[in-house]
Amino acid sequence: MNNAVPFEWIAAVRFLREGRLQTAFIILGITIGVAVIVFMSALLSGLQVNFLDRVLTSSAQIQLLPLDQVARPLFASDDVIEDATVQRPTQRIVSINQWQKVRDRVAQMPGVLNAAPTMLGSALVTRGDASRAVRVSGVEPESYFPIIRIPDFLTEGKATLANDEIILGTDLATNLGASLGDTVNVRAASGNSVILRITGLFDLGNKAANESVSYVALRTAQSLLGQAGAVTTIEVKIADVYAAERLAQQIAAANPVKAESWIATNAQFFTAIRAQQSSNTLIRAFVGLSVAFGIAAVLVVSVIQRSKDIGILRAMGTTRGQILRIFLIQGGLLGLAGAIIGCLVGAGGLIWYHSLIRQADGSELFPLLLERQMFIVTLGLATITGLLSATAPALRAAKLDPVDAIRG
Amino acid sequence: MHLEGIRRSYNIGLPSEIEILHGIDLDLHRGEFLALMGASGSGKSTLLNIIGLLDRPTAGHVFINGIDTASLDDSAITRLRGHAIGFVFQEHHLISAFTALENVMMPMIVDRNGGSDAIRARALGLLAKMGLAHVGDNMSSNMSGGEQQRVAIARALAMQASLILADEPTGNLDSQSADNVFDFMRQLNRDEGTCFLIVTHNLELAQKCDRIITMADGAITPA
Ligand SMILES: Nc1ncnc2c1ncn2[C@@H]1O[C@H](COP(=O)(O)OP(=O)(O)OP(=O)(O)O)[C@@H](O)[C@H]1O
Ligand SMILES: [Mg+2]
Repeated sequence: MNNAVPFEWIAAVRFLREGRLQTAFIILGITIGVAVIVFMSALLSGLQVNFLDRVLTSSAQIQLLPLDQVARPLFASDDVIEDATVQRPTQRIVSINQWQKVRDRVAQMPGVLNAAPTMLGSALVTRGDASRAVRVSGVEPESYFPIIRIPDFLTEGKATLANDEIILGTDLATNLGASLGDTVNVRAASGNSVILRITGLFDLGNKAANESVSYVALRTAQSLLGQAGAVTTIEVKIADVYAAERLAQQIAAANPVKAESWIATNAQFFTAIRAQQSSNTLIRAFVGLSVAFGIAAVLVVSVIQRSKDIGILRAMGTTRGQILRIFLIQGGLLGLAGAIIGCLVGAGGLIWYHSLIRQADGSELFPLLLERQMFIVTLGLATITGLLSATAPALRAAKLDPVDAIRG
Repeated sequence: MHLEGIRRSYNIGLPSEIEILHGIDLDLHRGEFLALMGASGSGKSTLLNIIGLLDRPTAGHVFINGIDTASLDDSAITRLRGHAIGFVFQEHHLISAFTALENVMMPMIVDRNGGSDAIRARALGLLAKMGLAHVGDNMSSNMSGGEQQRVAIARALAMQASLILADEPTGNLDSQSADNVFDFMRQLNRDEGTCFLIVTHNLELAQKCDRIITMADGAITPA
């Protein structure tokens, strides 16, 4: 017996130790509950981070687009509408009005890191007999690549874009039977066509994108699509990705553009995340409850089993407060011990799962997110749960009449 | 210690209320060695619990050193009990989660809310006096009945209580061990002047005491 340890702690630990099987089982129960919570929470936030990462590396956080073209009804005379059916006009390729001014203004807004003008259109890429419809993005490498990090996804070649160069997705190149250094013919709907040399191949980790995406110089795209000097979108990168919606609204209010944040574009994803988070919270709450009842049940039984011990302790001058604390401490210790093992098991399980489940290309499916804060919160909550669930049994023990307790 | 008109009833206020003790007056003096005898169910344990401040009488007063214990609250009673009174129970003498030595240290640890080397030394000394120095580290559940009872006596002595209440301390022992335990208590009474009140059914042992108090049906029969 350690001299420095208060009596209640010694007694609590001894009682837990003597009730071996009960203690072991309830700790096992808590361990399972905590491990599931740790595993699930970490997995969920890992997948979330992974998804955000993917979304944010392959699309801009805010996209500026030209305003929709709206049809105006024809007025025959005052207040008399000639044609009641308002047809939506075809949305031709339209440039953003005064895009240089918009870009400069947006680039200077606080919180904005970078703004990249882009010309988007479709074209037919031909090489020999093979031809494929592709999306052509005309970009300035110096402004665009910091936003959409194509250089990071290159499998071959380099990410330069001279006027006669093109970068393709790997699957597109395969379909065309083209490889690095080959030339391809690119023809737009306008009838313009150019011959471009492949200087790079990239793999975005998404077959659909790899089959249909290509990058050329902004100027090349403009002349190919017959839109000299025009840009169809401005991609914007910002410092705080979660401020995207707010910034988008500011931009739209101050400029003649439509601004779409990635948050709005991926609204479904956020709804799904929110639903998952609330179901996760619900699961945690119920696991917590069942752990609490488990601890309470074990301690209630322990109070009954130890009523004679309690009576003798009371006869020896142990106060009701001390008895109360002995059982509260047991609850807290059970919660803490179960949580420590549960955290280890949960983290271990996640590490194992992380190494087991890989993407097709062998890269990780989700980043391993084991944050210290999560563990501290889990340990704290489990200890508090233990204390709370011990209150009823502890009060019962403290209230025991020593005479009744000894009589048994 | 002075008891005056002690009554104790159970199921108070219920139709089946029964009075176990019917007005007991009793004086215990410092250094006395007393036997309490009486038929089973005569109320000996009930009286002992009241004297030991484990239980409160339904009516009457318990005075300790002239203080009416009815005026004390639960924590004061608990403290007084811890310091002034030692118990030796008939059964379940020791707390099984602790070693013999720790059981003896327990009242002192409870009192100071922690152990110390002095406490350990005192407990070892008490065990040695009981001839049990060698079993100190045994878990109490691994000891014989006689050994356990002697450890329980050592524990009752730990706080240097002025009164030791022993409810059939030798009831579960063979006559040889019973004699030994009894002799230990008598020795301690002589050496340290501790007052003992011993419930026993053994007339032979009772006759070695200073005084025999006899109970019948919840009352003390005049000697
Ligand atoms: N909590 C209680 N409720 C009701 N009756 C009780 C209670 N405690 C004791 N009694 C009764 O009081 C009477 C006296 O009991 P007590 O234990 O004092 O007897 P005792 O003299 O110690 O007997 P023994 O020698 O068998 O130990 C018994 O009839 C018992 O049934
Ligand atoms: Mg009895």
